[in-house]
Amino acid sequence: MTPARKKRLSLIILMVVGVSVGVGFALKALNENIMFFFSPADIQAGKAPANKDFRVGGIVVEGTVARPGEGLTVEFVLTDNDSDVKVKYTGILPDLFREGQGIIANGRLNASGEFIAAEVLAKHDENYMPPEVMDAMKKSGQTMPSMSQGI
Amino acid sequence: MFKWFVKWFHRFGSPPYFYRLAGLWLPWLTGLFTILVVAGLYGGLVLAPTDYQQGESYRIIFVHVPAAWMSMFIYMVMASCGIIILVWRMKLAEVVLSCAAPIGASFTFLALVTGSLWGKPMWGTYWVWDARLTSELILLFLYLGIMGLYGAIDDKRVAGRAVAILAIVGMVNIPIIHYSVEWWNSLHQGPTVTKFDKPSIVWSMLWPLLTMALAFKVYFVISLFQRVRAELLHRERNTRWVEELVKS
Repeated sequence: MTPARKKRLSLIILMVVGVSVGVGFALKALNENIMFFFSPADIQAGKAPANKDFRVGGIVVEGTVARPGEGLTVEFVLTDNDSDVKVKYTGILPDLFREGQGIIANGRLNASGEFIAAEVLAKHDENYMPPEVMDAMKKSGQTMPSMSQGI
Repeated sequence: MFKWFVKWFHRFGSPPYFYRLAGLWLPWLTGLFTILVVAGLYGGLVLAPTDYQQGESYRIIFVHVPAAWMSMFIYMVMASCGIIILVWRMKLAEVVLSCAAPIGASFTFLALVTGSLWGKPMWGTYWVWDARLTSELILLFLYLGIMGLYGAIDDKRVAGRAVAILAIVGMVNIPIIHYSVEWWNSLHQGPTVTKFDKPSIVWSMLWPLLTMALAFKVYFVISLFQRVRAELLHRERNTRWVEELVKS
């Protein structure tokens, strides 16, 4: 490589490093805003905003889904295996909603610490396999590499 | 070996040589693409089993994921061209960069649209502003910005250098897209295939996915070669090799 080309190449590398560092700092500063949801542990620790809408993400605890009354209102407990939060929602749930499924709810906390959701989204995992394989894995107690992480 | 590579690099960069070579490759690439896309679609839509969680809806993965991979791959090709433009001042790299941008923008758009259509039945929403979706949308804007900037400058040598800088600077978005689902909480799930772990997808679904990814790559090369050939003829219209080509 000629000296002129070497110089131009090092200038490009310098530019890329500079921009990366700049963007890195900007993202670090905006970290809180880029986080799409809070975990129940964050709510417990008081990190979630009060009197403002925010999202909470977690796994629906087995056996907690209840439908009090006749309407579309549903209650369930969300967990991140650390803390729990009770969620109330009135509306149509996504097809993937079920016990043990990761979901994200948008809404706010009420005075008694319950989360009143205005929207519930299902978060699915990154595993793809036919149901037979899933059943066989469950029977043998195996999991896919990242299945236990859930959310 | 290195000397041989440098010689090949400079020869490959010569417009008449590239024009002829790309013309020779095109029919073979078209045949390869046809075989791959038929095999991939048959494998994905007919042979692959139903998913345990998402049922039949997951089959959009065979278009969505290859399109999303292409959106990042084409950007990296363009950024590499950008480096070649700024360091070696190679004309062919300018043509390749400008011709690849609309193809990359199309794949990004396809990834966003298929993802949105997939999101509605599975997540319950067409769009959310989570890190993965937002960074992919920024990628689309980068592509459109590169196309706009290139079109706005009349002197194409100057335009080539301007878009080279934009392409290189925009490169920082690529790792952000890939790691967005790991660095931040997001609605989009983590990577299935592109991780150091074993892919979390069964082989009967994985092979059609990889076949489709390869088919999309070949399609990109076909599309790029055709666009580059046309652009080369236009740019070099006053040179002898084009004159000879037209006469013969």
